Amino acid sequence: MRKLTYIICSLLIIATQQLDAQTPKGSVLIQNATVLTVTQGTLEDADVLVQDGIIKKVGKDLSAPKNVKTINASGKFLMPGIIDAHSHLALDVVNEATAPITAEVAIADVINPFDVGIYRALAGGTTIAHGLHGSANAIGGQSITMKYRYGSRNPDDIIMKEAPRTIKFALGENPTRVHGLGKNIQPRTRMGVEAVIRNGFNEALQYKKKWETYNQSKGQKNSKVTPPEYNLRLQTLADILDGEIIIHCHSYRADEIYMLINVCRDFGVDKLVFTHVNEGFKVAPELAKYTMGASVFSDWWAYKFEVYYSTAYNAAILTENDVITSINSDSDELIRHLYHEAAKTQRYGGLSDEQALALITINPAKQLGIDEYVGSIEEGKQADLVIFDQHPLSVYAIPQMTFVDGIKYFDINEDKDDQRLKISPTQMVEPVYLQVEEESCMHGVELFTEGTTFHHSH
Amino acid sequence: MKKFNLTIYLLSLLLLPVLGYGQIEGEVLKPRNGKFLLQGGTVVTVTNGILENTSVLLEHGKIEAIGAGLEAGDATVIDCNGQYIYPGMIDSGTRLGLVEVGSLAETQDYAEIGNVTPNMQALTAINPNSVAIPVTRVSGVTTALSVPSGGLFPGTAALINLNGYTPDQMYTGFKGIPMNFPTSARRGRWDRRSDEEIEKDAKESLKNINDIWERASTYMKLEDAEASLTYYPEMEQLAKAVRGDLPLLIEVNKAEDILKALEWIKEKEVKKAVLTGVSEGFRVAEKIAAAGIPVITGPVLALPSRSSDRYDAAYSNPGKMQQAGVKVAIRTSDTENVRNLPFNAGFAAAYGMGKEEALRAITIVPAEIFGVDDHLGSIEEGKSATVFVSDGDPFETKTQIKHVFIDGYKIPMTSRHIRLYQEFLERSPGLEE
Repeated sequence: MRKLTYIICSLLIIATQQLDAQTPKGSVLIQNATVLTVTQGTLEDADVLVQDGIIKKVGKDLSAPKNVKTINASGKFLMPGIIDAHSHLALDVVNEATAPITAEVAIADVINPFDVGIYRALAGGTTIAHGLHGSANAIGGQSITMKYRYGSRNPDDIIMKEAPRTIKFALGENPTRVHGLGKNIQPRTRMGVEAVIRNGFNEALQYKKKWETYNQSKGQKNSKVTPPEYNLRLQTLADILDGEIIIHCHSYRADEIYMLINVCRDFGVDKLVFTHVNEGFKVAPELAKYTMGASVFSDWWAYKFEVYYSTAYNAAILTENDVITSINSDSDELIRHLYHEAAKTQRYGGLSDEQALALITINPAKQLGIDEYVGSIEEGKQADLVIFDQHPLSVYAIPQMTFVDGIKYFDINEDKDDQRLKISPTQMVEPVYLQVEEESCMHGVELFTEGTTFHHSH
Repeated sequence: MKKFNLTIYLLSLLLLPVLGYGQIEGEVLKPRNGKFLLQGGTVVTVTNGILENTSVLLEHGKIEAIGAGLEAGDATVIDCNGQYIYPGMIDSGTRLGLVEVGSLAETQDYAEIGNVTPNMQALTAINPNSVAIPVTRVSGVTTALSVPSGGLFPGTAALINLNGYTPDQMYTGFKGIPMNFPTSARRGRWDRRSDEEIEKDAKESLKNINDIWERASTYMKLEDAEASLTYYPEMEQLAKAVRGDLPLLIEVNKAEDILKALEWIKEKEVKKAVLTGVSEGFRVAEKIAAAGIPVITGPVLALPSRSSDRYDAAYSNPGKMQQAGVKVAIRTSDTENVRNLPFNAGFAAAYGMGKEEALRAITIVPAEIFGVDDHLGSIEEGKSATVFVSDGDPFETKTQIKHVFIDGYKIPMTSRHIRLYQEFLERSPGLEE
């Protein structure tokens, strides 16, 4: 009897999850806004019509179809939802720091849809974030592009299905500290990091060849060949070589950035984005020619030695050198005001409004391979939108409403004091965290590090 | 065509020594003392309103005169037409100068070994040549409190101006003793103590603090009685706080702890106390106001300390306290990015504090809290020539800071960040094929 109850319960749970899995899509007409399209200039006093999650029309004097709600955004600014190319928010685990290559693990398995940080990010206008594996390994796990549909209890519903596969690589101090210093295995130096990646790619080529040989011969008459042993780690690396996965590589120094460009050119890999990339400005022409761009911090530096010789003018130098550049957060706090982080490129390098806005919209979309769906306000794109009370590059701008797929997930006028989805049944008193810990690149590898008194550990 | 190439080649050869000279010698830009007339700008005095089309004369390290028709005389004239003149911004809580590279223990000088080390002087460890200092001051942040951390009484904080070759040249008139008030909050998500353990630890810490305070009071009484005392530098330093010679900067964040701290201040009759951190000040703002204790809060660009808090709890905290009648100054708590002070103030302004009060919170209010408002915090005749010129509202990221003066020195508007920009914006050679 008990068994039957279990089965029924399981079926019910699966059924409700199936219901949840239908991604909600909304319709709305936003009227009279200053529309910052990012790709097609600024439209004064314009309307945007959204139907079933898609931007149907951008223009003037549009009328709402039946049952479509109208929002008067007169005097307000409408921009595309902000996209963060580097985040660890809403992930239960960040690092599988057990080997220099762990391409087989997937962040998709550890999404925590209950993280109130998702709501906070929405309240800052962020609608999409790239949830990355950490930087403990030269080749880390596979990452995931998330749409911040807060309220869903199903992790699957937060995944952006259209997004291509991505993987995390890491160069420099983090992998050498964790493996070389911490465990006395390669890599201990930047030479070792290169070797680990080249070895991995070469092994993947051999693996690929084995399967190709097998596939060719298995169809033949009287073939007695046995299949090679399946290896998810090598298969993933092979997929990278086949151009099915975009590399997002944690990097700081110009020499190591240049190194990975060379490695990838040798193996014919061109789907490569550098992230953090504090010294990217020193190899900007190379980044422009051989990569899908650079995703940088607006002004972080000096928190470790490999970022001591960096500059807040990085994004501006990269942009002026035609590198596809984005500003990322790598922080549960910065993800709430990426518009402000992007605005700093106007102080540090005098970028125009359009250049600065592209850093947090269409450019990260390109780096994640999702620019045909999101990243600008264009007819046919998904309706991820934010309304600001002032121009979003002003320090005084406050996000008013945030939409994902036309559904409103944040409205400053309907914002409740407590936005948690889940309250701990065991905790009598809600804890107060004094040092708010960031879900950083090195989260979960404290065991291998010494002197963790500094607060940035990216 | 060939001839033309040859001409260019020869010309280049002629130019070579000039270029070489420029490369070898470089141009050393040093802070320059002198007499400067900031002519015809909009002067945001902070204490006496905004004066349109007004000049400011800087001489002998001081603001000599403010007026419409000031004569230049032999002063270097700086045209401020269409620009704004502000007093230098003050960050009331940083680790500036105490850390060079965040992750490297060899360059960390903010936390000495020991739980009670109030005699450790931040001023001693401040590196006047830290790369972070020029990076900071070109943003108009001219003055910062450098604070040691860790333990119950980690040391003595010092207020510095961001120009000078020795700590003494940088020191600008205020020291205070930070104290970490025992907390019943979790230090972070990695803090796995049970609620009971936290409560117990906090109780023990408070008992510890009471004992130390008692000892410091006794030390002070003995000192006053001119008793001959054995060498006890910790108590000698703390006695200054008991006496009221040095303010006690009490770091406290959780609402319940803030109330306990207010009680403690009253009970111990602390002569000069300032609350720092105060991230949950908005919950008990009325009580802080009633106690008349000033507050240094920040960073404003921070996450709420509770999951259940409104998303903007940290942004709106300074405004809520200020409106309840608390005297509020804003800090960044940063090291290398103290230049973000105006942006912290900008967020506080947007989320309820208003621009004027937010500007006060990083100028005159900290100057008053530190007792240095006789020479810092506003543009008034006779005050220190510590001002900056900008082409707009300094809280806005679009605004460029044009000139910075610290104690009469014209600061070169460069830093390693700017030099790297100049070198790499157009790299040569560019891409090698």
